[in-house]
Amino acid sequence: MSKVMTPRRKRLILLLLAGALLVAAGLFVKQAFRSNLVFFVTPGELATDGAARSKELLRVGGLVQPGSVHRAADGGLEVRFTLADATSAVPVVYRGVLPDLFVEGKGAIAQGKLDDSGTLIATEVLAKHDENYMPPKVQEALKGGQPMQKAAQ
Amino acid sequence: MIGELGQILLIIALVAAVVQAWGGLVARPQPRLVTVAAVWQALGILGAIVLLGVAFVNNDFSLSYVAQNSHRTLPLIYRIAAVWGGHEGSMLLWLAALSVWSLFALRGLRRHDLSYAARTLGMLGVVGASVGAFVLFTSNPFARLLPAAEEGMSLNPMLQDPGMAMHPPLLYLGYVGTAVPFAMTLAALWGGAPAGWTRWVRPYTAVALALLSFGIALGSWWAYYVLGWGGWWFWDPVENASLMPWLALAALLHVQIARDQHGRFPYWTATLSVGAFVLALLGTFLVRSGVLTSVHAFASDPRRGSVMLALIAAALFGSLALVAKNGERLRSERQSRAPALLSRDTALAVNNLLLVAACGCVLLGTLYPLIMDALQLGKLSVGPPYFDAVMTPVLLPVLFLLMPAIWINWSRDRGSDLLCRLRPTLIAVLIGVFVLPFVLAHVYGQVYPLVVIALLGAVGVIVSTLHWAWRRLRSGGLGAAGTGMVIAHLGVAAFVVGVAMVKGYGLEHDVHMQPGGTHQLGGCSLVFDRMGEREGPNYTAQTGHFTLTCGDGAARPLVTEKRNYVNFGMPMTESAIDWGLTRDIYVALGSPDEPADAGAWSVRVQYKPFVRWIWIGVVLMALGALSAAAAARFRRTVPHADRQAAVPSSTSVEIQA
Repeated sequence: MSKVMTPRRKRLILLLLAGALLVAAGLFVKQAFRSNLVFFVTPGELATDGAARSKELLRVGGLVQPGSVHRAADGGLEVRFTLADATSAVPVVYRGVLPDLFVEGKGAIAQGKLDDSGTLIATEVLAKHDENYMPPKVQEALKGGQPMQKAAQ
Repeated sequence: MIGELGQILLIIALVAAVVQAWGGLVARPQPRLVTVAAVWQALGILGAIVLLGVAFVNNDFSLSYVAQNSHRTLPLIYRIAAVWGGHEGSMLLWLAALSVWSLFALRGLRRHDLSYAARTLGMLGVVGASVGAFVLFTSNPFARLLPAAEEGMSLNPMLQDPGMAMHPPLLYLGYVGTAVPFAMTLAALWGGAPAGWTRWVRPYTAVALALLSFGIALGSWWAYYVLGWGGWWFWDPVENASLMPWLALAALLHVQIARDQHGRFPYWTATLSVGAFVLALLGTFLVRSGVLTSVHAFASDPRRGSVMLALIAAALFGSLALVAKNGERLRSERQSRAPALLSRDTALAVNNLLLVAACGCVLLGTLYPLIMDALQLGKLSVGPPYFDAVMTPVLLPVLFLLMPAIWINWSRDRGSDLLCRLRPTLIAVLIGVFVLPFVLAHVYGQVYPLVVIALLGAVGVIVSTLHWAWRRLRSGGLGAAGTGMVIAHLGVAAFVVGVAMVKGYGLEHDVHMQPGGTHQLGGCSLVFDRMGEREGPNYTAQTGHFTLTCGDGAARPLVTEKRNYVNFGMPMTESAIDWGLTRDIYVALGSPDEPADAGAWSVRVQYKPFVRWIWIGVVLMALGALSAAAAARFRRTVPHADRQAAVPSSTSVEIQA
């Protein structure tokens, strides 16, 4: 370190360094943040503006339509099912092991991108831990339907 | 009967907390009154917990909380653990942790300075009274159920696990431990503090960090083998809620050294003390308010969320107001010259900057979706890739900073001298640059630059730390604080090795297997033998029997289960793990084929190199913090005077914690 550095200048350099680091980190975080935001949509919303969102990473939440779950006939891991809310339904394709709590008629969330035909190619399927869990937005979408079943006392 | 008695105990505890706050914060603190109140508060809360435990053991379903979280068939140990299996009980546990910390703070501080001890306890009393009122009025575990239920709803099967029984108490003790540095800082602001307080606070920070580390490690380990996914960290908001106070505590623990020994960073240390506590409150809020839905948050009540937010705001703005009013009381008694750019002080500042930046990134990713949702701007989530992308560049520099940091002198140092001290470390890293890629290529067939960089950092830290320990041992011994630092920093290295290897070379195969089928993975061959059945105390299980054969030819049986618990309509996966220091093989049943009688299952098979090092690393960090907390220096009453003239020697350096 040069000898002309007064404590004041040193402190200034320190502050500038810290500031530069913070700005660089901030820009980087912003970038990482923007590219990893996943929007949560309902099947109903997809029905209206699905075409516009074909490039985005989406989380679609809904009820797994009873009778819609089909596993591949060739013994592979491919699963097809339909996520539905009160108004519309979205077909989903997923390859992999489904979570334990994934059951027909219960809420689930599939994350992935839409293909040209409007099918969601899911890379991840989530079913929440609580058996009575329903994604809040699904709950909103289903309002007017059956009230949520409360477990017995 | 138990319900009423519990209510009374809670009310006693609340009144005691109010008395404790009053007695500690009046102009002339009343140490004796405060002591009595603290003891009564602890008796009330611990008594209430014991009563709740008795209610669980006796299956007293006239208590709504017991009916919601227990069942006659639940094994005794889990009926006891169910005390903190739901919201009300865990808030009671929070209070119990606070009582325990209060008593320890009282015991430790009264030897040094009676009125400062009383003021600190006064601040803790304010916290106890607020949270106590919250429990009593919004989350009462002794609320009656009329008529009483015939049978309980049972404990969430996820929580029926020995690891889970210990996870909340450790975590809460760690969380709530942040209240002690917070209260000590506020007490200093409130009525001034004797010079030694910046030293007395350090063991509390260290123990809180250690307990929080144990709690987080246990939770992560539990998630690994119970959730059936084979991951060890999911960037779930609930996990983040515990990581944020951890990062703040880690930063605080390090900066407290500079504050204590050289009077540096007085305001920053105070800010961080407040920040750690507010983050712990925020964590409690996130987990318990119902804004998140996860294994940790069941039924929720919006009232609780708003009350908790009000508590957080009060803690934050109350502390800020105190700083604004009495900030000069934080100023350090010694005015030393500003440190040079190359100094331990700078290294600690950078360490804090990075740790707090990491904390901020986690906070952003955790809160942003909640804020967007609250403002009705759409529902979205921030995926794990964000956290991976952000934490790597923020935390890797911390790792590399660690190599020189322990060798740099306080106040000023010479670059050439420092390089000289670092020679063995640099040589080791240089050798690593050439050797590591070849070893990795030979063993795993692939080389990832990021893994190599992380491993180089870990190697550097190990060599630097051991070299330091060796030098200290030769020149008179490490001491408890030095030993703690060495253990903790080796833990950091072990943790990094684990994370880097799992991220780089972990394999996750979702496969479809017929009985008799075979799958190859990580040099091992896994055979699916057959399915079976088993009766547990409160569940029935389908068992999947596998045989694993690895390089040495020995066949190891692995049994994974799919359990159906009483009262829960959903199955639970119990994974089977063949563990080792250099790799785990992880097997978990997925779901049976349709139609089920075909006998084929989807199966998760994973190869996890060095995954154990992650938890070993965290446990080492925790043990290191405990060892540092045990340093006799912290208990000595004579403040500072003896070290005023202490000038750092060239070999180094008086501390670490």
